[in-house]
Amino acid sequence: MNAPLRFHPRKADSSCADLVQDSVVDPALYTDPQIFDLEMDRIFARTWVWVAHVSELPKPGDFRSTFVGRNPVIVVRDRKDEIHVLENRCRHRGATVCEKTKGNATGFTCPYHSWSYGLDGKLRGLPYSDGYDDVIEKADLPLNSLKVGVYAGMIFASYNHEIEPLEDFLGNARHWIDLFMKQGAGFPVKTQGEHKFSFKGNWKIQLENTTDGYHFPVVHKTFLQSVDAETSEMLSFMTDEESITRSLGNGHSVMVMVPEHVDLDVDDGSEPLQERFAHVTEALSKDYPPEQVRRIVRSLHGAGFNLNLFPNVAMSMSFFRVLRPVAVDETEIRHVALGMDGGPEIANRERLRIHEHFQGPFGFGSPDDAEAWERVQAGAHAGRDVPILVNRGLNREWQDANGDKVSHSTDETGMREAYAMWKRMMSND
Amino acid sequence: MTDLSIPPADLATPLGRAMAFVWHEAELLDRKDYAAWGALWSADGHYVVPIDRDSEDFVSQLNYVYDDARMRALRIERLTSGYSMSAADSAITVRTVSRFTLAKSEGDEVEVRSAQILAAYKRGATTLFAGDLTHRIRFTADGPQLTQKVVRLVNSQDALNALGFLL
Repeated sequence: MNAPLRFHPRKADSSCADLVQDSVVDPALYTDPQIFDLEMDRIFARTWVWVAHVSELPKPGDFRSTFVGRNPVIVVRDRKDEIHVLENRCRHRGATVCEKTKGNATGFTCPYHSWSYGLDGKLRGLPYSDGYDDVIEKADLPLNSLKVGVYAGMIFASYNHEIEPLEDFLGNARHWIDLFMKQGAGFPVKTQGEHKFSFKGNWKIQLENTTDGYHFPVVHKTFLQSVDAETSEMLSFMTDEESITRSLGNGHSVMVMVPEHVDLDVDDGSEPLQERFAHVTEALSKDYPPEQVRRIVRSLHGAGFNLNLFPNVAMSMSFFRVLRPVAVDETEIRHVALGMDGGPEIANRERLRIHEHFQGPFGFGSPDDAEAWERVQAGAHAGRDVPILVNRGLNREWQDANGDKVSHSTDETGMREAYAMWKRMMSND
Repeated sequence: MTDLSIPPADLATPLGRAMAFVWHEAELLDRKDYAAWGALWSADGHYVVPIDRDSEDFVSQLNYVYDDARMRALRIERLTSGYSMSAADSAITVRTVSRFTLAKSEGDEVEVRSAQILAAYKRGATTLFAGDLTHRIRFTADGPQLTQKVVRLVNSQDALNALGFLL
């Protein structure tokens, strides 16, 4: 017998926690600017937020500018090889001290009055300092610094200096991060450029999508039609029982689409290498032993799963998906392409072409995703008493011994995990 | 009277023929006549929208679009299939192409640079796409063919809106 759908629409005195109910969500979560402001304070300013990958900062002085929530920050490697995440804001009158997305610097100088800062954020100099004698101490005015944590090359930052260690926050997700990095096929994973696009919709609509296997054959029909039969078959997980979604705690979750590619080190040799990569296989065979050729070519599509790390980064098959909340109804997405650092050029190029095929504003996949997400944002304004459903698969979800909840990859187990974390964080004043 | 000393567009010159070709191409794209657009290309042609505006080395970098004949055919199929939500409900576009310069002329092939301003209207919003175009056109007995088109958007490093049409 079907259980009745229970939903209690928002009232004047409803708290944020009241808006996430038994596997349904109030549409105000997508549309209310006040909730968005609270999310910036209670989630993005309190938890670990992904800011960069170590391969983006190989040398001392290398930096990239990005955002934690709405706040501009700089991720930089100093001369002692230490990584800092600094607020991109001069301590004098608030101007940004760095306008480049990435580069190499010896320090950061504010363009307004030339206050200059070291790579560690310390205030090094300011012109005509006589006006500050007995007024300020330079040591008191470094660029504001965030707490930094690095796991498997993934750099996270937090405004919350009391936060739990990154390893604890990642918890059960660490195992999947380790598996994901195996697509380097013996080489370290490096970033290879990125696509950036924005859509008119709330950030959580994208967050949900990473473990939404249900939309894939519908929204991405033209992508699936455009790939070879082998790739299309590889991605046909709709009725595959081994294709599962698993909650990992703290809002994290993973969706397995290609079970045989979960651990790329495991290879019984029975899987034929895809015909579409024949030119790569042939070229690599001149320089590498057969087992390494197999390992590299089997890894070209990346890992066989999407790992969603709350709140802003996904390790999605062969790329990182990074979301940046801009406003309640605007989100910026980056799709960061990955490759093998020091690995064969021909395979890295093939990975770029695969990335271009699906991702970005001109890809065969992303524009259709963005279209669906903008429709969600537009439609969510209709009917305050009509909930958003994230209850798919409740009838077949089971709990693993380690506490993870598991269901089919087309089920909404990952979304429920993210909203449970949202509810927990938004309940803390 | 001022002598502007700008030569009149002469369709008999290589530049003039290239301009006429580029305008024809722009018209096909605004009409979304992708089948006819696909037929403008030579089999070895590449359609490229780079992310790095200064780059010439497209193959070893990530681009928005790096289409050879195979990918172009797949892209056209996708845009015309009716199954892609973003293409089926794509923006209405109006583009002008101007500021033509002849960059190179070698044998039967010319390279022309130009500026494109494109307005795309969708769901109440009009978005501007401004960019430099470089066309390589080969004049053959069967008429002119595109061997390369590179679209360098002014904001290529920025976040773009997802597109359901071609630049």
